[in-house]
Parts: sequence; C-alpha cells; structure tokens
Amino acid sequence: MNDVIKIILKRLGLGLVTLLVISVIIFGAVEMLPGDIAQAVLGQGATEENVAAMREQLGLDRPAVERYFDWLGNALTGDFGKSLVNQKQVSSVIAERFWNTLSLALYAAVIAVPIAIFLGVLTALWRNSPFDRVANVVTLTSISSPEFFLGYILILFLSVKTGYFPSLAKISDGMSFWEKLDRMFLPALTMVLVVVAHMMRMTRSAIINLLASPYIEMARLKGVPGWRIIVHHALPNAWAPIINVIALNLAYLVTGVVLVEVVFVFPGIGQMLVDSVTKRDFPVVQACCLIFAATFIVLNLAADVGSILTNPRLRHPK
Amino acid sequence: MFVRLFFINNPIDKKSRGKMSKTTKPNLIDQMASDAKNGRISRREFLQYALAAGMTASAGSLIWSSNATAATAKKGGTFRWGIHDGNTSDTHDPGTYVTRQMIFLAHQYRSYLTQIEPDNSLGPDLAVSWEATPDAKQWTFKINQNATFHSGKPVTADDVVASINHHRGEKTTSAAKALLTDVLDVVANDKHTVTFKLSGGNADLPWLMTDYHFAICPANADGSINWQSGDGSGPYKIDSGEFGVSWRLSRHDGWHGKGAYFDAVEMTILNDPNARQTALVTGDVDCVSLVDLKTLSLLKRNPNIEIDNVPSGAAITLPMFCDTAPFNDVNIRNALKLSIDRQEIIDKITFGAATMGNDFHLAPVQPYFPKDIPQREYDPDKAKALLKKAGAEGLSVSISTADSVFSGAVDMCVLYAEQAKRAGISINVVREPNDGYYSDVWLKKPFTAVSWGSRPTPDVMFTLAYKHDAAWNESHWQNKRFNELLVQAKAELDQARRGEMYHEMCQLMRDDGGTVIPFFNNFVYARRKNVMHGPDLAASWACDGGRAPSRWWFA
Repeated sequence: MNDVIKIILKRLGLGLVTLLVISVIIFGAVEMLPGDIAQAVLGQGATEENVAAMREQLGLDRPAVERYFDWLGNALTGDFGKSLVNQKQVSSVIAERFWNTLSLALYAAVIAVPIAIFLGVLTALWRNSPFDRVANVVTLTSISSPEFFLGYILILFLSVKTGYFPSLAKISDGMSFWEKLDRMFLPALTMVLVVVAHMMRMTRSAIINLLASPYIEMARLKGVPGWRIIVHHALPNAWAPIINVIALNLAYLVTGVVLVEVVFVFPGIGQMLVDSVTKRDFPVVQACCLIFAATFIVLNLAADVGSILTNPRLRHPK
Repeated sequence: MFVRLFFINNPIDKKSRGKMSKTTKPNLIDQMASDAKNGRISRREFLQYALAAGMTASAGSLIWSSNATAATAKKGGTFRWGIHDGNTSDTHDPGTYVTRQMIFLAHQYRSYLTQIEPDNSLGPDLAVSWEATPDAKQWTFKINQNATFHSGKPVTADDVVASINHHRGEKTTSAAKALLTDVLDVVANDKHTVTFKLSGGNADLPWLMTDYHFAICPANADGSINWQSGDGSGPYKIDSGEFGVSWRLSRHDGWHGKGAYFDAVEMTILNDPNARQTALVTGDVDCVSLVDLKTLSLLKRNPNIEIDNVPSGAAITLPMFCDTAPFNDVNIRNALKLSIDRQEIIDKITFGAATMGNDFHLAPVQPYFPKDIPQREYDPDKAKALLKKAGAEGLSVSISTADSVFSGAVDMCVLYAEQAKRAGISINVVREPNDGYYSDVWLKKPFTAVSWGSRPTPDVMFTLAYKHDAAWNESHWQNKRFNELLVQAKAELDQARRGEMYHEMCQLMRDDGGTVIPFFNNFVYARRKNVMHGPDLAASWACDGGRAPSRWWFA
C-alpha cells in the first residue's frame, strides 16, 4: 500500500509542475493573440483614447512578465484574481458553471460507463454474431459523427418531431432535480453516444485478448459457462486497460463539451472559456485551462492507481 | 418636432402593385385589412397597397383605424425571448455596451431620455419635453416627475447628469465618448430639468439621446454612476440572471411609460442559429431576435410562426481609401461602384432581406432620406468607359473581408469580384481572420467590407464616418463642400433647408465619395403567432427597436 501512496504523491507533485508549465503556456498564448482586452471589450466602437484609458485602468500598460508573476503570486495563495472584463472574482464566476459541467459529465458517465462495459462484455461473449456487428456499427457511427451533428439529429427526432424532451438545456436554481435531469437529457445523451464506442471497443478487445490465454482455455475445458468465464476470469484481468479508457473518456466529458454546450445552450464552462478567449480575459482563461488540465491529471492518476489496485503484479513490481 | 420623411422601398412593392390592380378591389382590401390585423403587413404598406388598389388615402386610413387597430393590447403572460449575440463576459456598464444582450437588456430595465417610436419618429422616454435655443447650442430636457428607479428612488436631474458624464471626460472608457465631444457641460437646473451646453449648434441632440449607451443609471454621491447594481427605471426590473445565459425580469409597477403588457420577461441567450430556430419551433421561446436567412423560407411554412422582415438603417459598406492609389481617382471609384450588381447580391446573399443601397449612407427608413436621387444600376460598360478615361484598364484591386463582418460577407465579395470581371476589373478577395478584424484590418487596409449599425440621424452617421477629420473616416474622403454642409446642417433647425442640405450631401457621397454601399440589411426576426404587435416596427434595432417586451402583447 505504501508504494501506492508514494506513487500518488509523486504524481501529484509532477501534476503541480505540469500545471505551472501550462499556466506559462496559456499566458503566453493569450499574450500572443492579436489585439488586447481593451480593444476586445470596446469593440468596433473603440477610439485610441478610450482604449488607452481602459488599458491603464486594467493595468495592461505594465510588462507582461510582471503581470504574470503578480497573477502567479496571488494564485499560490488561492486567489485567482478578478475577471478583467466584469471585475468579478474568477472563483465565483467559474464555480457555478464548472458545477454545471461536472453534473452534465457525471450524468453522461453514469449512463455511458455501465452501458459501455455491459455492451463490451456482451459483444465479447457473442463476438462476430449479428449482435456484435450491429452494436459495433451503431457505436462506431455515433463516435464518427461530430457532436453537434449528433445533437441536431437528437433535437430533430426527440424534440422537434416528437416533443419528448426539451431542446434547450436551460437549467436554473429553482428547478427540481428531476426537472433538471429532463432538461439535461439530450446533451447527456449526445455525450453518451460520443463516448460509448471507445469504452465498449476497449472492453471487448481486452477481453477477447485474454480469451486466448491458457487459463481461460483451462476454464473452458472444465466446462465453465461462457458468461462466467468472461465475468469471473477474463474481466478482472482486463480492468487495467478498461479503466484507462474510462478515465480518458471521463476527462473528455468534462473538457470536450464546448460544442454540445453551444448546441443545447447549456451554461457550462466551455462556453465561458470561448467567450473569455475572444475577450482576452486572461485570469478566466487561465483558471478554465488549469481546471481542465487538473481534471486530466487527476483522472489519469486515478486510472493508474485503479489499474495498480486491480492488478497485484503492478502493485509489486520486481 | 421634426418633419418625418419616411418611405418604404420594399422590392416586392412594384411587383405586387401590378398584380393588385388586376384583381377585384373590394375583396383585396378586405384581405389586406385582415392581413394588417394579423400584423402581416404594416400600416404603411397597407396604405400603399390600398392606394395602388385605387382607394383614396383618407379612405385607406379609415379602414385601417376601424379594423386594424381594433385589437387592443392585453396584459399578462411571460414573454420568453431568445436573443442572439450575448457573451458571458458582458457587463452592466453602459460605456461598454456592445452585444445585443446588453443593448436589449438595457432597453428593458433602464430608461433613456428619448426613444425612437415604432413609426421611426422621435418620442419621449424619461424626458417629457425638450427645447433648444435658436442656435441649437443649448438643449433643455424636462424629466418625467413620475419616473422612479426599481429601488423606489425617484429619477432626478442628478442621475441624468451623472449618466451622461459617464461617457465624457478624459478618463472615460466609454465607447460613446466620440458622440459627445461637442458637449461642453451638462447641468441640472432643478430637480427635474437638465441643460446640455454645446460648443456648436446640434439640432440632433434629442435624437442622439436614443443611443443605447446613454442609459440613465442611478447617481452616486460623488457624481459617478452606480451601474454595477443593475438598478434602473425601465419597464421591467431584473429579478435574476447571468450574462451569457438568461435573464428574468418582472414588470416595474409605476413605470412612467405606456405599455409593458407582459407580467414578466425571460430573455435567453441563444447564440446558435439552430438552437434559436428549434426553440421557437418547439415553443420554448415566444420570439427570437434573429432568424437564419438561409432557412427563412422553410420557417415561413410553419403555421404557428410569424416572421417580421423590417428594413433598417444598418448598412454594409465597402470603403476605399480616397488618398491611396488607385482609389484616388474618382473615375476608378465610380467604376467600382458601377461594377456591383446590387440586386443579385441582395437576392443571393441576403435572400431578399435588404434594401438596396445607392452609395450614400442613409437608408429609406431614416429621416431626410432623399428619394429623388436616381438609383445607381449595374453598368459594366459605363464602368469600362470610366476606367478608360482614367487610363486604368485591366484594373486589379484587393478587397479585405471576413465572415465576422456579417454572415455571407466573404461570399458577397466573391460575387462582387465575379460581377466586376465584366467591367474588366479583377478584384482579389482577401479573407482576413475573424478575430481582431476591426482593430487590424478595418481602417488599415485600403479596401474593406464593413458592417455598420443603424444611427438615428444622418448627422451622426456622416460625422462618425465621413467627416474630414473623423477617426473612423473609413474612406479617407475629403470633400470641402460636404464638410461645409455637414457643419451647417448640424445646427439648422429649419427642417426644409436641412432636408435640402442632406440631399446635396448624399448626392456628393454618391458621385464623389469612396464608399460602395451594396445594401441596408433588414432585421429579420420571428415570433409565435400569439405574440401581437402594433402596425409599425421601429427600424433602430431588431424586435421593435429592442423594446418588444414593453410594446408587444399576447393575443
């Protein structure tokens, strides 16, 4: 167990270094964009004078390096600064939206992960059967279509034509839990369709790989039924790659939702990131990117820890 | 207080007029009256058609008043309004108003001194009356004594002074600063009168006060304004909301104006055209502020939806630098103006939702429109002759454009290039990045495509973009006579003489200026059938000047 803790700590430390590097890259990238926040905020209506006045007000006349270290110093004490555009605390601006994005990702994951694993096991069990073929074709089609297209198709059939679900995923505080689930169903379903194929195929191939190994053959020779071989003998050894794929897809559910948010008008963090980039609102961009990066780091870490815990061989490396 | 010179220049008019005279008159009039009642045609169109069908003007207006306005506005309901163009980073600061979200929201919860009425005339909002000294150098506005902020505080002259000063002075970050450069001082005479002192005469000041930046906000003790709180004196007060997401507002009881029939308003930001359309079709919203023109004909088939296609003063311009070769030769400029087939561009790029431009920056729906200046037609042969005269046959120029200018801007320029080929001009279309187009391309490249919002009067527009020393003189145009007239007309209170001056200025722009104006784009928005509005729709912003919630009602 000690090894696991050591690995976690080491990974977390490396994660922090990664975040630092990312913050430098993001800052540099925002700085390199043509135009600046004063121009972006004032838009077409800006004159030289009021752009200069706004730059001074926002402290943009100071050198970039100085501004970066100011931000970093505050960030280390937990203060991510204020949005340059609306002067609100970044943490308060982001918190609610991030929570929305997380809920949507969780909603999609709760549906997608069991379905993917279940389908993966079934297709491995009945491989090359018509069921396997159909499941493969359907999931591969859905992963091959861009999210916004899937979203539009779902809106057309489940909202416009039949009226089963609302097309706008507009959620507000006053709504009950079930109402929110109803409102968020179509975006969640879109995400489910996008991520299921990957996880399902990985489950299937991981299991099929193992089915060729001698101990499975042994079990089969003993007369163990097919589903039992897969669930009790193959699946436990296939967990490591499956967990890895699940973790990557979960990270995608959090970070890859921009298009889905746009299509369903869902108030998540992706839309906010896009808006902040167009306005060059550096503190918000930085915070959003760091959240995305941290999500990847944590989920990757979780995947590694997960695969170590499910595989004793990895726990005691020689 | 000003002569109203309005004229609808709807391309369908000519066709339908011919058709109508052939049909039986009484049935037609009945049909039109019923169309008018359902808001399908406006009062102006109705009168025009009625005239074309052989009725006298007075009989026409009689039918209109007896039938069309019989439907009276009803109170009640929640108006759910889907809006395009809104960001999460928008704010309540009137100095930075730029997106439709900010502008439309401001027209619900804040008030302005004056407003543009549905028939495009100037009307009162917070100010009950206004008057000028004979030289138009001082304007005094009387504030409505019944006006209150949502917090209960009465609106006073101090609030107006502070709100206007927010856009003035050296330290202001307001984008509207340029509009107020000739304002020397704004003073409160008493609790309910405010005087603007100007450095030069300006007959348009009351019109200027309709600009979306000049929202009246509560004043702080130190003379600044409290824009952060979201308090205002408009027809609806903000209950809750978040920029880039949605806003919930409820009626401000005791509002000083007339209207505000809905009990509540729910504004939802729907930037995606498809999301807007779907929301309207499924009934998630009652009205959307912009309809995708490509699918307009499909949307029209839906029996539950009514479309409003309203000509506006918003223009697409193609300015060329008049001091840069080859555009420094007026023959070349005019050759370029003659090589554009405006009708084809309107048909193919805007799907008919535009009014044709005539190379002067004044739309038919705006005051002082000179309707007797002949329309410039597509004439490649004449263009060729002009090029020959200038010794510039086989002219080759580059035009810079980007899709962010308006949807279809790049396509328009490509089409223009094709049309110009027949005049022997080769136009090279340069597609610039969307991001930073207005800071890096506009005013920097010699020939560009630009989108302009509607300005209330010709003076504002001309001063902004055609005056010799204007920061945004996008065509670098220097015309002595034009600039003389501009100054004279600005302070002229005699409407007839003013009209003549604008007529001459428009003629100068058309024949000497450096700007090709292909069209003025219409506002195209849609509503559910149960949403009703009056006979006219303001041309200043989409959805009846952005004031649909306070002017419209549910059937």
